[in-house]
Amino acid sequence: MIIPRKHAFGCSRPCTESMASRLLAMPRPERDCTHFMRKILALIGVLLAVHVALQFVHPAGAVAAPTGNALDVGIVFDLGGRGDKSFNDGAYIGAMRAAKELGARVRFVEPGEGSDREAGLRLLAAEGMDLVIGVGFIFTDDLTSLAKEYPNVAFAGVDYAVTIDKNGNAVAPPKNLAALKFREEQGSFLVGAMAALVGNSKKVGFVGGMDSPLIHKFEAGYRAGVKQVCPDCEVIAQYAGVTPEAFRNPGRGKELALSQYQQGVNVIYHASGSTGLGVFEAARTLDKYGIGVDADQYKEAPGHVLSSMVKRVDNAVFDAIKRVADKSFTGGIYSFGLAEDGVGYVYDEHNKALIPDAVRQRLEALKAEIVAGRITVPSTK
Amino acid sequence: MNARLRATFEEAVLPPLVALAVAFVAGDLLILMYGQAPGAVWRLLFDGTWGKAYGFGQVLYKATTLTCTGLAVAMSLRAGLFNIGAEGQLAAGGFGAAVVGLWLPVGTPAIIAVPLCVMAACLAGGAVGAVPGVLRAKFGAHEVIVTIMSNFIVLALLNYIVSAKLHVPETLHTPAMHAGAVPRLSGVIAGFHGSAANWTIVIVVAACAAAWWYLFRTRAGYELRAVGLQPDAAEYAGVRVGNTWRNALMLSGALAGLGGVNFVLGYKNYYEDGFAGGAGFLGIAVALVGRNHPLGVLLAALFFATLSQGGLAINAMVPKQIVEVLQGIVIIAVATSVPEVRRVLRNAAGKLAGGRA
Amino acid sequence: MTAPTTQVPAVRLTAIEKRFGPVRANRGASLEVRQGEIHALVGENGAGKSTLMKILSGAMPCDGGRIEVGGRDVTGWTTAEAIASGVGMVHQHFMLVPTLTVAENVVLGREPVSVGTFDRARAIRDVEQLCEQSGLIVPPDRLVADLSVGEAQRVEILKTLYRGARILLLDEPTAVLSPPEVAELWKVLRRVRDGGATIVLITHKLDEVMNVTEQVTVMRQGETVARFSTASTTPEGIAHAMVGRAVDLSVRAGREGSAVPATPSAPALEVRNLVVRGPRVERAVNDISFTVAPGEIFGIAGVEGNGQTELLEAIAGLRGVTSGRIVLGGADITALGVRARGDAGLSHIPEDRHRRGLILEYSVADNLILGRQHHYQQRGVLDGDAIASNAAAQIAGYDIRPADATLPAQALSGGNQQKIVIAREMSRPFTALLAAQPTRGVDVGAIEFIHDELRKARDAGKAILLVSAELREVLTLADRIAVMYGGKFVTVLPRSEANEEVLGPYMTGAKRESAA
Repeated sequence: MIIPRKHAFGCSRPCTESMASRLLAMPRPERDCTHFMRKILALIGVLLAVHVALQFVHPAGAVAAPTGNALDVGIVFDLGGRGDKSFNDGAYIGAMRAAKELGARVRFVEPGEGSDREAGLRLLAAEGMDLVIGVGFIFTDDLTSLAKEYPNVAFAGVDYAVTIDKNGNAVAPPKNLAALKFREEQGSFLVGAMAALVGNSKKVGFVGGMDSPLIHKFEAGYRAGVKQVCPDCEVIAQYAGVTPEAFRNPGRGKELALSQYQQGVNVIYHASGSTGLGVFEAARTLDKYGIGVDADQYKEAPGHVLSSMVKRVDNAVFDAIKRVADKSFTGGIYSFGLAEDGVGYVYDEHNKALIPDAVRQRLEALKAEIVAGRITVPSTK
Repeated sequence: MNARLRATFEEAVLPPLVALAVAFVAGDLLILMYGQAPGAVWRLLFDGTWGKAYGFGQVLYKATTLTCTGLAVAMSLRAGLFNIGAEGQLAAGGFGAAVVGLWLPVGTPAIIAVPLCVMAACLAGGAVGAVPGVLRAKFGAHEVIVTIMSNFIVLALLNYIVSAKLHVPETLHTPAMHAGAVPRLSGVIAGFHGSAANWTIVIVVAACAAAWWYLFRTRAGYELRAVGLQPDAAEYAGVRVGNTWRNALMLSGALAGLGGVNFVLGYKNYYEDGFAGGAGFLGIAVALVGRNHPLGVLLAALFFATLSQGGLAINAMVPKQIVEVLQGIVIIAVATSVPEVRRVLRNAAGKLAGGRA
Repeated sequence: MTAPTTQVPAVRLTAIEKRFGPVRANRGASLEVRQGEIHALVGENGAGKSTLMKILSGAMPCDGGRIEVGGRDVTGWTTAEAIASGVGMVHQHFMLVPTLTVAENVVLGREPVSVGTFDRARAIRDVEQLCEQSGLIVPPDRLVADLSVGEAQRVEILKTLYRGARILLLDEPTAVLSPPEVAELWKVLRRVRDGGATIVLITHKLDEVMNVTEQVTVMRQGETVARFSTASTTPEGIAHAMVGRAVDLSVRAGREGSAVPATPSAPALEVRNLVVRGPRVERAVNDISFTVAPGEIFGIAGVEGNGQTELLEAIAGLRGVTSGRIVLGGADITALGVRARGDAGLSHIPEDRHRRGLILEYSVADNLILGRQHHYQQRGVLDGDAIASNAAAQIAGYDIRPADATLPAQALSGGNQQKIVIAREMSRPFTALLAAQPTRGVDVGAIEFIHDELRKARDAGKAILLVSAELREVLTLADRIAVMYGGKFVTVLPRSEANEEVLGPYMTGAKRESAA
């Protein structure tokens, strides 16, 4: 600190600047080109020379932008989507599988801002890709308009939101656009049955993210699954909020889960994005179980994740690419349920020990009945 | 006069040139580290932006929004304030325009609808900007902190309104507006087909000119700059410093809000949650690199828009994060070489540290 | 090597070059200081004195030239090396930590240590010893925050001595001191010199040069233009070298203030029972009343920080009043804003032109309308032609140089910057003028000019309230003189009864009488 001293120049600025301004205060008739400026210009010159020189460097292994006759697939992720261990990564896995098994050449675009979604799709379409995929419902409008503009390119939208007309009928998407939809209620049904069978309690829990029709679908399926195996069981269902923020609120998730566990619930199924991390946190604290959603969430709380209701975005994406590869692609609504292996539950070496064989058999039987159409799972509350 | 011109050149143009040269070389090295040929990547970047009409249209579109947020930040900095809230103001502006567009009856002529929507955008942004302005003028609340907080509040509030009341099912956007759409530039220049560039850019360039005129030709601008440079001297000159701060932040908010027109009226014709993401913060960079001068802001906005669009184009060969690193390098290079930027940053740091402004 | 004297000089700077961007601060400047002398480095503002000293003390590198200390070539050394070799600078801005004690500040960076911890007792002992040797008396256990400005300056000098400085560089040390404090400083410096140290004093006060120094080096526009032995020159000779032309130094010689004594009439400015809150004290101005008649210069003397700033700011409308009234030309202006007071006929030369009086980055033309901008507009749009013609008139009328209205104010010398303020405040219609430190940091030539302008305004019937830390200036200009101490007027005297000996005790608070 400096004790402010009112000195002869009364300058309120820090030392260095007052110095500079006082130097400037010198009368100076001429302002010639100083060697300071010459130094700066020289610096710019050197940098530009280095830059130009580097233009001629071609490292081994450098690839040109892809061209040729192979199957070209372009995928546009959502903003900040890559690495979400869910949706966008699922699409990536499906595409990489297609690259390996079908020899597809895949290009990925990560948008930097909202308008880049359309720009990314357009970039890929204009390059003559065989299939362009947008990951997430937010691509719906952009995909619809681009599909009309590029009728010779195939498009697919993961979770594409189908427009409903005034009479309540779905409006078919353009002929070259596949809407990849998932019947989450079917998967939710099975984990609901699992929760009731394994939970050893007459109460089972559900934590939703945003209170909206999208999540009601999960709750409805889950509820039906519980009732199927345990008609007198009670489902305690709660939502973290009414805004999309409700999908990003682990604190709220933990709060809701703790109160449900304390009411006697032993298993909670969450459909709430990262809010669910709070549910697992609560499960770990009280030594209870949670059920994950979208992707296998076992790693979030090993030993406390009973299972996960998985949406096989990878299968849907692979399926779409495969259809293009064998020329069977058509537009329309593709619904991925249990029958198509588009949804399901996790049963592997991690959680085998938690799920008795009898339960496993019961679940497989229920699945067979749904696939056969003998059980219809509701998708609304 | 010749010497003066040279001095201006030295002070105004050289730092950004150095920054650019540093960025080029840093970009080369990053590309090489990724195992690609710099020549090919730069060519791809150029082809995807200024090299093709579509790419250029995209650059113009992005530059339009960035000019608004850049002008907003520059306007506040000229008054000695750091408006971090451009993002919230931009979103509020877009929302205001969309609501008015929805409220107007179908078939309202554009000559009425567009000005109404533009005014709504400016008013909404200005209202959000007025809050930190009034708090600063009346209670001395640090505008940096208030504007940061106002971002959270505004974005969460809009988020709630849209997702709970106004959205189209299964989406995060409002229904399409009934009136007030601004036509795309592709209607006149066919080459722009498909790009989001629209006539908003004309409004924004006019706003640039108006901002320049206001700052440098009016008494209010004279007083605003005086407050920014030396608040004590402005007070001595009979300027009500608090009122000037309030007006500057309101104006700043209105300019940011105007940016919402670009997306809402010019591109999608609806308000979509999150459309403003990043544009507010990039606006700070635009203002700093543009040296708080409206013309500089325009050029800097074009530059950052080029990097942004170019990042998409070169995504095929290198990760687009390279472009983000380049943005950072340019900002750092300019921040370290431009005295007034250093002063601004120091002042802001001082304010955050709780020191006296 | 050709040595002009038999002794190796303590300091020899040859052909020093220093540029700041387009500005050549030093062009071939030179300086030679003998061992054990007090050497004055004088020059107008911006002559390059401070730059030269910063180069000598290692605070900045030079672009060309040679620095020798004790015959050793030390060109390009750093501050640390300079201190190690015994060259220490006492800064114009104090670099002290207010929350630490005197002793702690003195030893800061070179703390005595015992068993790895700070040895406070030894620090106090060391500092006491140093005080005694140098004659710089400061209680070592006082907090720096509680010291007066003069005491704080002594701590700065002690700090430099503690680091073993044998060559002391002092940058305008007397700017904020009262006359007794200045006398004390000279005593100390002579004693330090007698102890074998060499002292370089930057100043532009010629009486200081004549009083305490043995040699004088004069700089002008970055060059060394003259070197005198003090005994063999006169103030006029030095001033001539500084400015490059003959200067009338009668002001300095203490000419009697007014030829025509002010005739009593209705006051132009009246202050009644004014109480003003200061930044730290409740009553920085404590119930002050006075009047200034048309055609009178009322001078307020006093050491800075005794409420003068608050008093003037309150009259100007820049600071709220707790109680009391301010009346201008018969009209109560206490409730008016700054702008309204200006329009009512109040002009104000603020004490700090860099903070208040000018916008340094604005052009000269824009600065010449500062505070009057509402008279240079039409429906909110600035009238460029009117601004330009006003600038042209003021630049010509007040000889502002360089005569370029588009230059930023910061490109002008201190004197010319002050002329902008003077021109603006005195060319507009006004009844009363507040002139705070009107010649602070201004060179000799400009002082002469500014004093003439103030007298002319007085003779034209304006009321002038003059506040100056330079007692000489108040004695030279004022018709009546008040001394302000602790927020009150401790005495009010007509010019004829005032002189330095009479006012000195009042300024230090040693003496007071009730004055209303």
